[in-house]
Amino acid sequence: MYPFTYSRATNVADAVRDKAGHKASAYVGGGTNLIDLMKMNVEQPAHLVNVAKLPLSKIEDLPDGGLRLGATATNSDTAWNEAVKKRYPLLNQAILAGASPQLRNAATNGGNLMQRTRCYYFYDVATPCNKREPGSGCSAIGGYNRIHAILGASETCIATHPSDMCVALAALAPTVRVSGPNGERTIAFEDFHRLPADQPEFDNTLAEGELITSLDLPEKGFAKHFAYLKLRDRHSYAFALVSVAVGLEMDGDTITDARLALGGVAHKPWRDKAAEALLKGQPATAETFGRVAAHVVANAVGQGSNDFKIELARRAIVRALKQAAEGKQEAGDMYLGGQ
Amino acid sequence: MSQPITSAPASGGLPTPVPTGPVRLTINGETRTLQLAPWTSLLDALREYAGLTGTKKGCDHGQCGACTVLVNGRRINSCLTLAVMHEDDDITTIEGLGTPENLSLLQQAFVDHDAFQCGYCTPGQICSAQGLLNEGRAHSEAEIKELMSGNLCRCGAYVGILDAVKEVVDKQ
Repeated sequence: MYPFTYSRATNVADAVRDKAGHKASAYVGGGTNLIDLMKMNVEQPAHLVNVAKLPLSKIEDLPDGGLRLGATATNSDTAWNEAVKKRYPLLNQAILAGASPQLRNAATNGGNLMQRTRCYYFYDVATPCNKREPGSGCSAIGGYNRIHAILGASETCIATHPSDMCVALAALAPTVRVSGPNGERTIAFEDFHRLPADQPEFDNTLAEGELITSLDLPEKGFAKHFAYLKLRDRHSYAFALVSVAVGLEMDGDTITDARLALGGVAHKPWRDKAAEALLKGQPATAETFGRVAAHVVANAVGQGSNDFKIELARRAIVRALKQAAEGKQEAGDMYLGGQ
Repeated sequence: MSQPITSAPASGGLPTPVPTGPVRLTINGETRTLQLAPWTSLLDALREYAGLTGTKKGCDHGQCGACTVLVNGRRINSCLTLAVMHEDDDITTIEGLGTPENLSLLQQAFVDHDAFQCGYCTPGQICSAQGLLNEGRAHSEAEIKELMSGNLCRCGAYVGILDAVKEVVDKQ
């Protein structure tokens, strides 16, 4: 790897100050994505501020009935936390569907939100990429784009967000708490990640120097009727081609509330609120699910090698909605072959 | 306060190479101070500076699992973490699990079940399996397969690996 300097922060204020004091610096948590990108020369921070050992690893109840997930809690500790399993099993399943046990043991919750696309051209510094080098062009458009976006893409970037955890979070709608040079603020999860538009170099809406300190889940966890369906090239340890997170509330056979988010299809975890509205008050039938799925992909655009994702997404939505309505999934069991 | 381990870079552009600094690591129960640069991965520190070559470098990108070690009893990929990030951690490598005269249960099971061909992935497989045992969540073959999916075996010795891990899981 190339030379850089390093420091370890012991509290949030120090971390923010230390980062502000070093040009071209970056926070590092688990490092499972950032260190890889540094080895590939895709990211080249001159200084790393280690935030992995900040006192932000707790998972604790909030007074409003929600649950606070500390930013430095590992993905493993979060997935297997008893409150997460009981109240937010959708999150448990999405986390366990991603990466490997080794990676989940190192990766942090804050880092999961910050991970970057796995677009092969983004990783290959020999090729043009607007996300890596603004203005250089997009090699994926007209190139090999099997893993790329079908929704919300732009003329400058068709990359997808790689996270599974974030797809469940998009459905659960937590608040992201951050600290930065200008103090603390909160960001609604749906506003955290962004679409590429004409600035694909920005994955999210964090300001310079801001550090994620927690994800605050609201009380509503859709623990009875949920599904995380992940479709990929091999059965384990692969990124999603398409994934679907569903949370439903039911009164008999009638859907009274709904959340629906997709992964692997866009530059951000793709929550579709109009589709959720279409589900509300409707019977949980194949006809309803088919109509909603058709709505979600109505504006989808293929890029050539990824055209198959449109039909794959449509069918995956129907299947995930059916699974959620049936309420048969349990925390921890998806990874054994729920597909 | 933050604790700078190295000096700040010269102004402008990438920093010039800085001297290495002392990094205190506890490996297999022994605390050692190594002179390391911040960019030395835990994997390289183990192999090139601590002289423990049992841990293997496969892909060096967290995709194959050959570099798996235990940090505070939990399995991680040592290629995707920096040695300086583990000053207060307890690191266990394949050399710390057993000796040729006194193999661990998993090491013996891998021998008994012929759970390797070339052997390159084996230290990572065994450290990963030890992490799996520590977690205590895998019981069935399907669970073991899923929770060992972060370790690839180019020779395809998966049948033997599964048998070996299952045997030890069943004894726990």
